[in-house]
This record gives sequence, C-alpha cells and structure tokens, in this order.
Amino acid sequence: MKTLIRGGRLVDPKNSIDGRYDVLVDGPVVKEVSKSIRKVDDDTRIIDASKRIVAPGLIDVHCHLREPGFEYKETIRTGTTAATRGGFTTVVCMANTNPVNDSRSVTEFIVDKARAEGVCKVLPCGAVTRGLRSEELSEIGEMFEAGIVAISDDGRSVRAAGLLRKALEYAKIFKLPVISHCEDETLSGGCVHEGRASLLSGLDGIPAIAEELIAGRDIAVARYVDAPLHLTHISTAGSVEIIERAKRTFRKITCDTCPHYFTLTDEATLTYDTNTKVNPPLRSQDDVNAIKEGLRKGTIDIIATDHAPHEFTSKDVEFDLATFGISGFETALALSLGLVREDILDLKGLLMKMTANPAKLLGLEAGVISEGAPADIIVFDPDMEWTVDRKSFASKGKNTPFHGMTLRGRNLFTMVDGKIVYNEL
Amino acid sequence: MNWKRKDLLGIRDLSKEEMLFILDTAESFKDISKREIKKVPTLRGKTVITLFYEPSTRTRTSFEIAAKRLSADTINISSSTSSSTKGESLKDTARNLESMRPDAIVIRHGMPGAPHMLAGILDSSIINGGDGAHEHPTQALLDLFTMRDKKGRIDGLKVVIVGDIAHSRVARSNIFSLKSFGNDVICCGPPTMIPPHIETLGVKVEYDLKRAVRKADVIMMLRIQKERGGTTYIPSTKEYSTLYGLGREHVESAADDVIIMHPGPMNRGIEISDEVADGPSSVILDQVENGVAVRMAVLYLLIGGEA
Amino acid sequence: MKKRVILDKKAIGRTVTRITHEILEKNAGCTELCLIGIRTRGVYLSQRVHAKVTDVEGITLPIGALDITMYRDDISKLRWPEVKKTEISFDVNNMTVVLVDDVLHTGRTTRAAIDAIMDLGRPKRIQLAVLVDRGERELPIHPDYAGIVCPVNENEEVLVRMSEIDGKDEVVIVKA
Repeated sequence: MKTLIRGGRLVDPKNSIDGRYDVLVDGPVVKEVSKSIRKVDDDTRIIDASKRIVAPGLIDVHCHLREPGFEYKETIRTGTTAATRGGFTTVVCMANTNPVNDSRSVTEFIVDKARAEGVCKVLPCGAVTRGLRSEELSEIGEMFEAGIVAISDDGRSVRAAGLLRKALEYAKIFKLPVISHCEDETLSGGCVHEGRASLLSGLDGIPAIAEELIAGRDIAVARYVDAPLHLTHISTAGSVEIIERAKRTFRKITCDTCPHYFTLTDEATLTYDTNTKVNPPLRSQDDVNAIKEGLRKGTIDIIATDHAPHEFTSKDVEFDLATFGISGFETALALSLGLVREDILDLKGLLMKMTANPAKLLGLEAGVISEGAPADIIVFDPDMEWTVDRKSFASKGKNTPFHGMTLRGRNLFTMVDGKIVYNEL
Repeated sequence: MNWKRKDLLGIRDLSKEEMLFILDTAESFKDISKREIKKVPTLRGKTVITLFYEPSTRTRTSFEIAAKRLSADTINISSSTSSSTKGESLKDTARNLESMRPDAIVIRHGMPGAPHMLAGILDSSIINGGDGAHEHPTQALLDLFTMRDKKGRIDGLKVVIVGDIAHSRVARSNIFSLKSFGNDVICCGPPTMIPPHIETLGVKVEYDLKRAVRKADVIMMLRIQKERGGTTYIPSTKEYSTLYGLGREHVESAADDVIIMHPGPMNRGIEISDEVADGPSSVILDQVENGVAVRMAVLYLLIGGEA
Repeated sequence: MKKRVILDKKAIGRTVTRITHEILEKNAGCTELCLIGIRTRGVYLSQRVHAKVTDVEGITLPIGALDITMYRDDISKLRWPEVKKTEISFDVNNMTVVLVDDVLHTGRTTRAAIDAIMDLGRPKRIQLAVLVDRGERELPIHPDYAGIVCPVNENEEVLVRMSEIDGKDEVVIVKA
C-alpha cells in the first residue's frame, strides 16, 4: 500500500531541502519526493500535511527503556510508544538494565523484544565494562554480532583511564562509537548543581568540574589512541569549551546535550521538586547560555533526550532520596523548537542535530527522506500550543519538570518503515 | 500586620515585617516564662506533634515547653520511636500523623526540603525545626530576638559567624535574616567549610579568626561536628581548635559590648573556651530562654487563630 | 451610619471622677489597692482614674496594663489577633485589684481578665470598674462601678473614643 504525504513543508537537512514537497511512500521505503505528485493509485492513502512540517523521523542516541529488569519504570512497548508520539523513529537504549546489557544474551533479548513489541526502531547500546563495574571489558564483539550500535557505561564514567583506553582501542574492530558519561565520582556525590541555588537550598552540590575533568580526560585518551569518542548529555560551559578546543585539532570528537540543559536552570530545584533531579544536574544560567552557544556554533552535534523514566514512588520522596532522571521523549521536540524561536538554530539546523547527525554517529542509513530510504517520517506543527500533562504521557515515567507548562510545537504524525504508528493529524 | 502563613519553612520566605512581628509577639510571651504560673490557655485543645528524625534535645524540648506553656497538647516522635526504622516513608508517616488531626507538626530532618514536602501535602501547619544543611528558622529568629534584646538593634551590626558554614542550617538562616536587616556579616572558617558562591549572599569571607572578630558586635559560634574531622574537611578537631577556637584574646579585640552566641550544644575546648562560654559576654543561656518565647510566638501565630 | 452620643467629653470627665470617688469610698482604709486596665481603652481609662486618685488623695496607686488575648475563649475564631504586652510590674498577691475596662457586655473579657490576673498571683479581691455597662451578659459577672448603664439593641454597637488614641473623648451608639 502506498501513502502520499501531501502539501507539507519538507525539511530534510541531509539533502539540504526546505520547501513544499510531496512525499510518496511505497511499502517500507520512500518512493518519490517531488514538488507535486498528482497521479496516485486509487487506494493510495493521502495524508494532508499542509501548513505542517514534514521531516525525517527523529533519532535519539540516548534513552533508557528499562527493559529488562525495570519494567515498572518503562517497557520497550511503552517507551517506544512514547518515543513515536514525540517524533522519534529510532532510539538507542542504554545498558543500565537488570541484568546489564553486557552480553550477547541480553542484547538478543532486547532486539527480540523490540522486534515483537517495539513501535519504533530500538538499537541497543552495550556496556563498556561488565556490570558497569569499571573492572573488565564486556564481550563487545558478541554484543556487536547481536546488534549493538555503540558502547557506553552511561550512568557513570569508566573509572580507570587505562580501561577506557582499552575500550576505545577494542571498539575500533567493530567501528562502534564509544559514548562517554562524564562524571568524576570523587567530586560529585550531591544531587543538584553546585552553585548559588544549592547554597540556598542546602542540597549537596555536584560541581561543574566533576563533568569537565572527565570530559577532558576522555578526550585526551581518545586522541592518544586516535579513536572516535562521543560525549553524552553535556551540561556545562566548561565542557563546551573543552570540546570546542579539542575539535579544532581532533575531529573524532562528537557530543550531545539534552533539552532540559538548554531550557531549565538550577533555580528550578529551589522548590525541591524531585522531577528536577537529573544527572548531570540542571546547571546555572551561564551554563545554559554556553550550551545554546555550543549548539549554535556546532560544537554540540546532537540533541538527545536522555529519556529516563521512573516510577512515581521513586520520585515521591525526599529530594536526596529521589532517583535521577527526566521522562523526556514527549517534550523533547517542543523544547528543542524553542531554539528556533530564540534564533539559535534554524529549523534545518535543529533537525540536523536530531536526524542526520545522530544517524552519522551511529552509521545508520536513516535520518533522511530520499528515494529508496526507509520511510521514517514525521509531520509536526512547530507552533501548536499545548499544555504538558504528565498523566497523558504514553511513557510509564511521569517524571517531568515541565508538567503544567504550555509548550509550542507538537508532533502529529509518525511513520516507521512506511507504517503509520501515530496519527493525530 | 496581617499574618497569613500556614507554615514556617525558612527565613528566606519571610519579609522584614514578618520577622519583626514574630519578635514583637515573642516579647509578650517572654513574660509568661518568668511567672510562677508559666501557662496561658491560648492554645487549649490544639495538638502539636514534634517529629524528629535527628537527635536533638534542645530544639525539641524548647518547642515542647513552648507548646505546653500555651496549653497545647504535645506528642513527641523521634526517629528511634517512629516507623522510620521500619522503612515507612516520610510522606506515609506524615499522612498517618495527619489522620490524628494535629494542628501543627514541627519537623526536624536530615534532608533539605523535607518540611516543604510535608507542607505541600498536609493541612497541618508545618514548622521547620531544621532540615539538613538548609534552614533552621526558629533558631535565627531567637538569635535575632537575643541580639535585639542585648544590643538594642538588629541593623548595622558587625556579626561574625564562625565554623562549618557549608553544612550549617543555623548559618544559612542567620545569614538570610541578618542580611535582610542590613547587617555586616562575616563568615569565618576553613575554606573547606565555606560553601562556594557564599559571597553572592552579600557576606564577606575571612579565613583568619583574629582578623574576623576585630571590632565585632556579635560573634556567633557554630558547633563543629566531630565526624567532619579527619580526611574530610579538616585534618583534626585539635587543629581546628587551634585555628578557629574562640578564646579570650578574640573577645578582647572585639567591640567592648560584644556578645558571644552559640546555638548549642557546645563542644567546650574545641570551638569555644570555657572562659568565653561562661564569661560576661556570653549570651548563650539567654538564647535558650528566648528560644521558648520565640517558639511560643511562632506556634501562636501559625495555629492560634482561624485558618 | 447613624450615631447617638451618650457621653461627651465633659460627661466622661464627670463619670471618671465619680467612679474614682466610689472606688476610694468602697475601699476606704485599704492600703493595698491597685488599678489594672484592660487593653486597649481600659488602660487609658485606668490612667485617668489613677491621676484622679493622686489628685484627690495625694497617693500613687500601683497601676498595670493587661492584654487578655491569650486568655480569650474565642481565639480560634479570630483572624490572627495580635498579642500585646501585659505590663504589671507589681506583685498582685493580697492586693485589691480594680479591673478597669471601657465597655461591659457579655462578660467574657472580664472572665479572661480575671483568669489572667489569677495566673499572676492570688489577689485579695478583684473589683470591676467600667465606663459603660451595655447589658446582655452571658456570664454571671457584675460591675462594682459603672459609669453609665445603657441597654443597647443587638444591632447596635457602643463605641468608646478616648483622646489618647482616638483624638477625642466620646461614647456613641451606632447602628451596625
């Protein structure tokens, strides 16, 4: 069956397209992209995208689907449903499940489960070290054969630089990107950014240098062994500066940040709302400004969600005891479109960081609307106003600091491999 | 003054006028404690629960006496006797207590924001009796009361706060109150115990105790927590005592009418010498006495009238 | 708002003089006599009686001010009543206390005042002097000295104004 997405403004950064185009989908692939497609079969389904934006499905290089082990927080089914509502058609799920995704069998479980129940494409990220314990390398090759697209000990850093070096070297065999969560545990240990807000709230702080030290260290190791390194959820001005400087002489460095790091500051934690507790923590206004500038200048390549769903009870406690994380799939696009309204990025530039750039990092034939490419397509309204209601989230994780806020921009239609999985048009 | 608050969570929420109103109200209550019959029927039929997750004799007793002198019924729950050891969450404990219809809950908790969490879900008045390193509002109010009593004013004073500023809720609450009345506040302690960005609160930092206390009107000593010694913040309490223990020579270089304060309990011989603690400048026992009056005023203002 | 003046400045002056004489007469020979005014206007009234006593007898009686807020029986129905200071710097034990108030109505204020004084000690006796007795008692309380007895309808209010705080002296009845 064919589908014609007609009358929308197509923004495809990879092909440098921004204009009125019709897109014809045949089966799982894009059949034709042209100014006007008049002739269609009788049974072709017509999607009216006029006054809307048509774009490649978003790709998230960093999320937590919680399965196996934490099905009370999220499952592959609920997580991918939330992802497609938010406009994502491909997501990379981190390895901190239970058991940890550090072996072929766990990777296979995730891949099988995603094939059976996933609403969008799920690409697992394997653990760098067994059990995320920073002691020995996990079976990266076996996991690669089972389908991992990257390795990361996300949630913590690889503690010993020597072990990180081995991981970076070893991953070269499979051309797997290594994704680094930057946090020096001897300096962190708090639960909010160390700054004026933590001074006022009395909450223990996590200083910016806890992130920056490891960012610097990991870059140095990667440069030494000439291996690609991706730094995830960058949150501080110092990190942006370190990465910018490194990129000038070493091109294998990439990085991402998340919508909350350019939307909220640590001031949000002053109410002790545990939904503002996230790791890395919400930073100062100066950091937020630097993150935006990093996005504008291209120092930051990718916007990821770090979608980290949690059950209500783990957030319904004292701030110190609450879990870290924000349920991010369903607000990411709207928050990111704020960058366009603030004139930090144009729409093409923004979508580049959410489609083509993540695809490039992961080596995927995705994030583009070309003839013959997989038909992963979204249609969204960049100006539609809506009020965040966590109860209406498809994700099991209702942990959002944006509840009750009115946001602008909403995904209305998601197609994965030619199949319509979400349609609010 | 139209008092409208249900809860007392922190000094930072209070206006100058509100603080003065509490102090003025406390003046009236202070006399009661001096009488033979130290009791008025004001809060007859009201119930006050003190819910303490951290050991405290002074603050809990002070609140209890304050409530009793106003004829309220008091129930004390400390962490050793509460369900917290059985793993019940703070929210569940609080909701259970609320079902017994208390009028006020005084909570002390090791984690910042715990009182705020309760205030958000309970109808009872919540009084912050100290939450982690955040605030201890009644302590700051009784300190303000004592300063006004002894110095005749609470503005334009040079106040030196000495000790572990970073982990002290007493320091934070006092900084907020003293700065809103336009006092000169100097924080003195080892840099490991001075939180970053403290100067954004308008205070000065001085690492040298001798320099800090020169011409001071008020010296406020903080209790040094012995468990912070060793590898963490200071090499040893002995070394701390050498550098930051308050002795007679410090008092002599301060203003002639300096007052020495301490929220208690004191580590004699560590942060303060016997000579100073028991000397003529010490107002430490006045603080304890005023604490009852200030807490009576707070209880009265929060639960005395119609909600 | 309709108002009816029942005592003007001159009449108040005369009434204070009369009450003073009655107090002195009733307590003739009593050495341990004191005056306690109930806040707010009872305090000014007690000060006027006090001055008059000094005038007439050449003696200075102990005088105090009482705030009964803490003893009110309707405190939980009031919106944050302000507590003012009670200032009684003498020992009330074995004294004859004359409580002074502006208006006697239900008797509840007097009850609170008696309780408050009893918590300060054990006076020999307590007497009550008021400028206006408007009736409608809810407790078995009776004034020993009343300036004017003036039954007032339920929808009316007796307002006592004193120059110390209100700028002028008068007692008026207004329709609520």
